[in-house]
Formats: sequence, structure tokens, C-alpha cells
Amino acid sequence: MSPLALAFVIAALALIGWITGRARAARFRRGTTRRFSSLPQHHGWFVAMGTLLPALLFLTVWHLTSPALVTEAVLATPGAANLPPPGLDRAAILAEARNLAAGHAFGAFHALSEQLAPVYAAAQARYDWIATAVALLLAFVGGALSFLRVRPGFSARTHVERVIMGALLGASLIAIVTTIGIIVSLLFESARFFRVVPLTDFLLGTHWSPQVIDPRDPGASLGAVPLFWGTFFIGAVIAMAVAIPFGLMSAIYLTQYARPATRRWVKPMLEILAGVPTVVYGYFAALTVAPAVRDLGVALGVSWASSESALAAGAVMGVMIIPFVSSMADDSLSAVPAAMRDGSLAMGATSSETIRQVLLPAALPGVVGGVLLAVSRAVGETMIVVMAASGVATLTLNPFASATTVTKQIVDLLTGEAAFDSAKTLAAFALGLTLFVITLLLNIVALIVVRRYREAYE
Amino acid sequence: MSGTLVPEAPVRAAVPVERRPTDWRTASMQRRVRQRYAAERRFRLLGLAAVVASAAFLLFLLASMLARGAGGFVETRVALPLDLARAGLNVTPAQLRGPRADLALAGAGLEAAVDTAAEAAFARGGGAALLSDAAWLRVREAVKRDPSLLGRRVTIDVPVASRLDIAFKGGGTRADRAVARSLAPRLSRGLNRDFFRGADSTDPTRAGIWGALKGSLLTMVVTLLLAFPIGVLSALYLEEYAPRNRWTDLIEVSINNLAAVPSIIFGLLGLAVFLGTFHMPRSAALVGGLTLALMTTPVIVIAARNAIGAVPPSIRDAARALGASPVQVVFHHVLPLALPGILTGTIIGMARALGETAPLLMIGMRAFIAAPPERLTDPATVLPVQIFLWSDDVQAGFVEKTSAAIIVLLVFLLAMNGLAIYLRNRFETRW
Amino acid sequence: MSNAPPKMTASGVDVFYGAKQAIRDVSIDVRQEDVTAFIGPSGCGKSTFLRTLNRMNDTIPGARVTGDVRLDGEDVYAKAMDVVQLRARVGMVFQKPNPFPKSIFENVAYGPRIHGLARSKADLAQIVERSLTRAGLWNEVKDRLGDSGTALSGGQQQRLCIARAIAVDPEVILMDEPCSALDPVATARIEELIHDLRGRYAIVIVTHNMQQAARVSQRTAFFHLGQLVEYGDTSDIFTNPREERTKDYITGRYG
Repeated sequence: MSPLALAFVIAALALIGWITGRARAARFRRGTTRRFSSLPQHHGWFVAMGTLLPALLFLTVWHLTSPALVTEAVLATPGAANLPPPGLDRAAILAEARNLAAGHAFGAFHALSEQLAPVYAAAQARYDWIATAVALLLAFVGGALSFLRVRPGFSARTHVERVIMGALLGASLIAIVTTIGIIVSLLFESARFFRVVPLTDFLLGTHWSPQVIDPRDPGASLGAVPLFWGTFFIGAVIAMAVAIPFGLMSAIYLTQYARPATRRWVKPMLEILAGVPTVVYGYFAALTVAPAVRDLGVALGVSWASSESALAAGAVMGVMIIPFVSSMADDSLSAVPAAMRDGSLAMGATSSETIRQVLLPAALPGVVGGVLLAVSRAVGETMIVVMAASGVATLTLNPFASATTVTKQIVDLLTGEAAFDSAKTLAAFALGLTLFVITLLLNIVALIVVRRYREAYE
Repeated sequence: MSGTLVPEAPVRAAVPVERRPTDWRTASMQRRVRQRYAAERRFRLLGLAAVVASAAFLLFLLASMLARGAGGFVETRVALPLDLARAGLNVTPAQLRGPRADLALAGAGLEAAVDTAAEAAFARGGGAALLSDAAWLRVREAVKRDPSLLGRRVTIDVPVASRLDIAFKGGGTRADRAVARSLAPRLSRGLNRDFFRGADSTDPTRAGIWGALKGSLLTMVVTLLLAFPIGVLSALYLEEYAPRNRWTDLIEVSINNLAAVPSIIFGLLGLAVFLGTFHMPRSAALVGGLTLALMTTPVIVIAARNAIGAVPPSIRDAARALGASPVQVVFHHVLPLALPGILTGTIIGMARALGETAPLLMIGMRAFIAAPPERLTDPATVLPVQIFLWSDDVQAGFVEKTSAAIIVLLVFLLAMNGLAIYLRNRFETRW
Repeated sequence: MSNAPPKMTASGVDVFYGAKQAIRDVSIDVRQEDVTAFIGPSGCGKSTFLRTLNRMNDTIPGARVTGDVRLDGEDVYAKAMDVVQLRARVGMVFQKPNPFPKSIFENVAYGPRIHGLARSKADLAQIVERSLTRAGLWNEVKDRLGDSGTALSGGQQQRLCIARAIAVDPEVILMDEPCSALDPVATARIEELIHDLRGRYAIVIVTHNMQQAARVSQRTAFFHLGQLVEYGDTSDIFTNPREERTKDYITGRYG
């Protein structure tokens, strides 16, 4: 039975359980004026859950463990005697056979795979029938047992609500599982990387050219300092040089000077600016901004100005980040109590004096936090640099020269290379771990700055 | 002033040295005031300039995309005279009406016939090279619609090759443009329907976004089905039921951090876990959807928490006072009131996911996919990745296609954001 | 009762917030040597009218003021009147103490700094010291002028705000319910301060506390529903009011 059909059958059983459970509960309510803790529908849901949950649980566990069981069964057959010993080759052949059996692939590299495919298919079919039978049995039994518990004194609602609460808790735990998953997978792969390349070579080395890795000394061409510099130069320096002035002054104008009508139009406009996908910004940067920047560079006398300059990528990134800076500054400025503004104006200060000398200092923790978060966003930005900056890792202070960032290198390292275990692939994970740590630190510092230095306005 | 409550001695120190009151009328004072007003005007102007500049950036970006991409929706056609009777195609009308019409026509040599006709018609202009590879398909559709064409002479508008297409639109080399001018009486423009119906192709005139759109659709469905329930249920738990202890603090901190993690890291996670550990099919919409769901769930959780937290406690108190259980309080009262805010946040989160490229590149969606995906496990691509792949191509024809695809993507995103803003304005109650 | 012309006059003043009229045809004199109190039930417009005297209603979008308000005979709402200078000459203290999140010194120095009133650093320090002394705060803070203004107690913060207002050398000080956020001890000290400042500055104080008005003021104005009902010597208003509404309010029949 196909998975869809099985799900349908179990769902139908659950529906039957719901109807009968509710009917039974309704029956014993008739004729008395007693107050019950649960409505008939709660009893219905109780029976439905009794039908669904055991079967669902079983199927989940089965799905995770059965591939191993099926493989074991295949290995036990006589046809598997010709397989190479356990290793990459054997795993590849088995994977191919599995894909052939499932219909995901149509040709195979190994002759053995084609032979094993029918064996695989047979084993899979056998185990599928077992699973279906057990699932249906569990559904029936679970439903029947729940049905029997439906009695006048039974507080079905409490049980149902407990299951709901469990689901809520489970959902929240997925978030934590994700975080753990990120950290674990990054650490795992990075650990494999650092077994091959020493940490100091990676963090302190200044030569990055992954195309020419010497197997005897891979660390020599995997020094990430130019990447860190490029990320900092493009994301924290150039992008912020654009985003902070425009973002902060926009926020000041919107909160202090603009009419409500203006504010109503400009805020959505800034939201649109934030909503444009980064691939569009990247294309725009590569197509329009980068040539213009190069022409500008040449006009200014920098004849070797690159057409993949740091300035082009950084400037477009800055424009993309303006809304972030603006909205954080806006929130911080709005949070300063009006009494402060009134107090300054009442002494004969002009608006600009009030903003510069009273409001901005009061809002500063929030603004600084916003800037740090914006830097974190810029540092993690990928598509703009992939499309507009180059892959050449240099340490340069010249904005018209090209530079590369951590994110672009991650993309470059993982394309083309099919082997999962090579130094290049693992280097990408090491870079990913570094990026994760940097952005985490920036976010934490931003949070601390906002919390600790914010004036306590009651 | 009798019976004061002040216990200690009143503070009344000796009044210090007198000072002349400020004379506001002196020239220096007046000048100073004028300078302050001038500084005020400059500052205000600076703020206005920043707002105007930001708007100008956006408009310039959109206008630039529009200008480059408008041509992508338009195809150039040439009137091709065909003498299909003379071409001697061995096809019966019955075959043309059946399901194997395409095969029959291909087998009968329709493509060669079209090429021959082109050679004859445009001998000086370049012959069959002027036509797009899809030109004969246009003739095929015409023949299927009207089988009588096989027996007579007819002129059909067929799409031209990319070089001529670009030249007719004003680009390309001078020689190409000259060719376009010479052929101008026979050239016409029309809506490029293949752009919306077709999948990726190496030929810019045949390249379409349908494959990518379908991939995006499938991926978004997977993302929504996972991220929305998990996100909303998590938010409900954290806001309404969670006790304030170390574990829930940890969950909260994790979620806030996840929302700020760069998207490419989720791609690495997808690569390592979904592809590496679970051996899921590379570049499949299912894997893409799972990866994006991991990225979008924290966004939805945060938006939902804000919406739920905005519901005033008085409503919960009233419900509890009537004897509602905690689950009933939340699901009957709080959730319906928080729903507009939750939906708004979800739409915004999904719009962000729709525009994501980097994580999907990590899980392998950067191959050339020539056919739209049929199932969730088929290799697929999404629209932003398609844009990225086309952007690498230097052919002039792909520049306008890339920009046209960007326009389509922006239209979708604008619609989604517009819907979110509409929902927010219409249903948000200010307590 | 001197014969000098009144420091500030208002005649026929109306204030509108959008379409709603908050102040109706109010005419009043404020004399240099008196403390004038505005009393009335909440929402009667006394704070709104106070804010017309230093044009703080300008900061509220949709507010419109018509009528004649004069400081030393000059029309306050004329185009020629510079609002920045006006607010230096007519200072204001607010209901809730609102010191800036700066040091005590910087709070008081802010006004003289922006108006350029100090010739040198030493001059500025002197202005600060004098203002804090006049506000009765100097001895308590002279050793910690660098501390944040928000670290003071409620009563001290309000005296700091008064010092801040004094530092720009005003001619009139407007006080909008300055004691309503303070405890009785701090309130008593502020009232003493008002007594000390009287005469040097024309003081107008809005208060919802009738006993306070009786204690500190020489002239009292009773507002009701946006109109000035009665205005006269404090002793007359409280012992022998002419208007029925005034009598009802004084005796506690409403408000």
C-alpha cells in the first residue's frame, strides 16, 4: 500500500473513532442534568487521538530505522556475496541499487547495482507490508481501547488538552533542536577539517587559493585572513558608510520632522527596499553599479580599478541595509519619552539642537544595537558579493580593487566539487562555523548594549 | 508658611553675585539666533535628503530592471513563407488529430522543411540561422490546429534567433542591426508566451520561467506546511504556557538567534543533514522546502509571539473567570484575536523565503533543469536561483530574460507584501 | 499692588485641537511680582492655556491658537516673535520631572550653552552654581555634579528642572502641576522655593490642589470647561468668591 493510501486509511479510522466516541458520549449525557467536565466532542477527539497517535509514532520510528533493516536483509541474500567489503564502494553500489529499486534513477554505473535492484525492491516490499499491517493493527487497537474508556466520569477533555500541550511543547523544542543541529553539524564537519588543516593556519594564514591545495600542506593555501578582511571591509566599512548616514538621518527626519502623511508613505517604501531579494540587488550591482564604479575609478586616476570592486558590492549592500538601520533608529528615537523633547523645546532649543544633544544621546544604545545587527546582516550577506565581487582573495585598502568575502568563498567551495569529504568541502563548513560564531557574537553584543545602557524610563 | 513638614533646616543659602539679565536685542545675540535657525534648516534638509535619496535608490533599481526586462516579455517574429504541399510531408489528417501528432510530424521531417523554406526565403539574410530553434514548433502547432495547411502555401510568423531578436530591439552589433533593418518589413513583435510556459534552455529565445516557478511553488508549499504550524504552536506555548525558567529562556534565546543567523548557514545545515545524513535527493523541492522551513520558523515564531502578546490580559482574565480551561482560553479567545498579526508575519516570512537563493544553492539547486518538476522529489530550481544562473550568461538575450524574470519575482513579492500590509491595516486592532 | 504694567497679558484667547475647542475667550493678566495660580477640575483647560503662554502648543499637530498674547507688550504669536527667544524668556517646569539623561551639571548647563549665555567655562560654572543655589539644590549636589540627573530622588529631580529653567535667565516661569508627582515633604520644599523665587520671576502655577494655591499664590484664576470663570486676589477667591461655579468648586461640590 502506498504511503498516501495508508495515511488515508488511518485518517479514515480516526474519523470513525471521532464520530463513534462522540456519539457514545452524547448518549450517556442524555436524560441527566449533571454537569460534565468534557463535551461529547472532547470524547470524540480522545478516541481519534487514540487511533492516530500510536500508529503515527510507530510509522515515524519505522521510517527512521527500516532502511537499515532492509539493507541488512539484502546483504543476507546470496546475490550480495559479490559485494566489495564495507566502504565507500559498497555504500555507493547499495545506494544505486536503492535508487534503481525506488525508480529514482534509470541507469547504473555498477553492474552489481542492477542485479541487486530487484532484491532490494523485494525486500522493501516485504518490509512495507509488515509496516502497513502493524500500523493498521495499532490504529484499531488504540481506537478500541480509547473507545472503551469513554464513560460518564471520564474527563476526556483533560487528556486531550494534555496531548495538545505536548504538541505545543514539541513544536518549541524543534527550535532548539535546529540550533543544536546547526552547531553540531558545523562542529562535526569543521572538526574533520581541522584534523587536516591546523587551526592557526586557517585563522591566521594570509594566503587563500583553494584551487591549488598541496595535499602535503593544505593549510598553506587555506589561510582565511583575506576573507575576514574582505568581509569586514565590504560589510562593516563600506556598507555601513552608506547605510548609517542615510538610515539614521531618515529615521530622524521621519520621527521628528515629517508629517504623519509623509510617514505613512515613506515607511512602506523602506519596507519595500528591505523586501527586494538579494539576488536582485546582486544582479543590479553586477550589471549597473560595478561598471559605473569602475568608470569612476578610472576617471579618478585609478587605472587598474576592477569591474568587480569592493566599492560596488559594498555600496549596494549598504543600500539594502538602510531600512534595518532606519527602523531600529526609528524605534529607539520613538521610545525616548516626549517629556524629554518637551523639556528641551520649552527652554528655547531648536529641534535640531534637541535631537543632537538630547534625543540622540538618549536613544544611542538602541541605535548602536541596530547598527551592530545591521553589520551582522551585512556580514552574512551572500548573493550580492557572489554576483558583484570577485573570488580573488587579497588584502587591500583600495575600494576600487576587488575583494572576496567568507560567504562568497563558501558558495565557490561547494560548487563543482562533488566529493563530500575533500578539504575544499570541509573548508566551507569551517568558514560557515566562523561566520556563525561572528554573527552570534555581534547579536549578543547588540542585545547587551541595548539592555544594559538603555535609560530606565518608567 | 506655618507648620511646615520639613524636618531639616530649609535650604536658603546667600544669593550669589547679581548678573545683568540677558539682552536679546544685541547684534551678537541676534546673529547667534539666526545661525541657530540656519543650522536647524540645514539639519532638516539633510534628513529630507536622506529620505529622498533612499526613495531614489529604490526607484532607480526598479526602473533599471523594468527598462532592461521589458524586452524579455516580447519576442520578435518573422513572416516565413512555407509551401508545405511541395515539401511533401507524409502525414495524414487522422494522424494529426491523434495523440501522436507531434511524433508523426517530427518523423515526417517538418523541421527540415522549415529550414529549407527559411534558406529559400532569407538567402541573403542568413538563411535558416535567422530562425530560432523553436521556429518549427510554432509551425507544428499551426499545422495541428489546421491540418489543411499541409496542402497549400502559407505564411506563418515564427520566432527568430536570439541575435536577430536583440538586434531588432536595438542591441547587438551594427552588422546585426543592419540585417534587422533590411528584414524589417517582414518582422513583427508579439507577446513571448514561451517565457511563461517554458523551462530553462540554452537558447535565450526559448528560455522560460515556468520550471522555476513550479519549483518555487512546490518549495513554498513544503515550507508553509512545516513552518506555519510549528511556528504558531511554539509561539503559543512560549507566550501562554511556558513557565519562566532556565529552559524556556534558552529556547527563547535560541529562537531569537536563529532569526538572525545568515541564510547560507541554513543551507550548510541542509547540505550536511538532509543530503549528507538522510540521503535525500539533491536539488529536490522537498529538501529546499525543509531547509527554508528551518529558516522561516523563527521568523514566524517571533511575529506570532508579538501578536499573541498584544492581546490584553483582560480578555484572558474574563475567559478564565467564566471557567474556561487554559487550552480553551488560548484557542477560543487569544488565537482568533492574534490571527491577523500572525498571518501578516507569516506572509512576510514567506516572502522572504521566496526570494532566498544562497541556502538553495547549497543543497544543489544550481544545475540546469530542463523540465519542470513533477513530484516533490524531482530535481527542481526556484525563481531566484534561475535568475542567478541566467545572470552568469553573457549572451545579450539572457540579460533581458534575467531582468524579465526579476520583474516577475518582484511582482510576486510586491503582491505578497501588499497583502500583508492590507491585512495589517484592515484587521489590526489597537488595544 | 504696584502700578507697573503686567508682565504678560492675554485677551480673547481661543485654542482649538482640530475641530474641538479647548479654550474659550480667556483674558488674563500676569503681574511680575505675583505668583498666579490656575485652578480648576481636571480637563478644564488650565494646562492648555498655560502652554499658550510659551507657545508649546505649537509642538502639537492640529493645535490652533487665536487671540492676543503679549509679553511686555509684544505679541507672542506675531511672525516677528522668535519662538526660541520666547521660550528662553518664558521658562516651563513640567508635571513629571524630566531631567535629561546627562550629568547634573550638563542638565543645568544645557540652556546657557545653546543660547550662548556664558562667556567662558568659568562663567558657565558660575551660572550653574547660581541656578542650583536659587533652586535650593546646590548644597545637596555640589560634590556630585557629574552624577546622572536621573539618579536623584523625585523631589530633587524637580528642583533640578527648576534650576535648569532658571539657568537661561527667564522673566517668567510657568509651572504645570509641579508637585503632583512628589511626596508631601518634597512638595513642601518646592512651595518654599516658589516663595523664594517670587518677585524675581513672574510665576504662573497650575495646580489641582486648592490648598496649595491658597498657600503659594497672590492671584488665582479659576478655569472651568475651557473658560476663565473668575480671576482675582487669592484671599478673595477662597473666602468670598463671586461666581456660583467658583463657590461650588471651592467647597468641593465637584472636581
